[in-house]
Amino acid sequence: MSISNIFGIASTALNAQLVRLNLTASNIANASVVAPSEGEAFRAKRPVFQALLDKEKLNAGAQYLGGVKIHSIVDDKTPAPTIYDPTHPQADANGYVYKSNVNEVGEMVNMLGAARSYQNNVEVVNTARELMLRTIDIAKT
Amino acid sequence: MNILPQPFGIHETALRAKSRQLELLASNLANADTPHFKARAIDFKQVMGQVQQDALKTTDTRHFPLGEDAGSADGVKYRVPFSASVDGNTVEMSVEQAQYGKTATEYRASLMFIENRTNSIKRALRGE
Repeated sequence: MSISNIFGIASTALNAQLVRLNLTASNIANASVVAPSEGEAFRAKRPVFQALLDKEKLNAGAQYLGGVKIHSIVDDKTPAPTIYDPTHPQADANGYVYKSNVNEVGEMVNMLGAARSYQNNVEVVNTARELMLRTIDIAKT
Repeated sequence: MNILPQPFGIHETALRAKSRQLELLASNLANADTPHFKARAIDFKQVMGQVQQDALKTTDTRHFPLGEDAGSADGVKYRVPFSASVDGNTVEMSVEQAQYGKTATEYRASLMFIENRTNSIKRALRGE
């Protein structure tokens, strides 16, 4: 029934937001990583969300039509900033090191967004649970 | 013998429509960060209007008074957002939250009506 579907939908959202929160934590942790070349530089990871609206793509019996899933995780394409530091052990032939392209302020904002969305979905589950319990209570009266 | 053809009146259908609405709103909230997702909600006017039409169309005593799926009949429509966002997502968190709260309250109201009805039917059966 519909009310029990809400639990499935909200749990897909909780899962997706948790992945987003994890990626943010990973980005912040790697914010000051440097690399000897542009290709090896750490790039911020971003989740791409996708709505689960197609019946065929669901596992049989899974009740989360209308939920959300992580479609893919992509690298941020912002170029890695270069720093001239010839004394650095990882400096290349020209004396440059390549920093990660993580924007720490942006990541903090992203983290708040993910946390708020997570809370929102927890609230949805709480309300749905309360309504379900009250519906069951009809049988008791 | 059918003493009570529709013991809960319109509330049975209303409850079904409300729970469908709650499901859609939960889906909207879940996809608040999904690019190009279009928010959906039920048009109650259409759903409840269908119910009344169906009730008029029961021309035989063997007909069921209300369509079994009257409440889950389609009436799902796309929301028109107050302000469009760049990523094509039309979910507006504040609107969805307000609607969710409203629908949850209306669901409780329908539940209360049904509860009262069951109580009075019980009382009638006991002959109090």
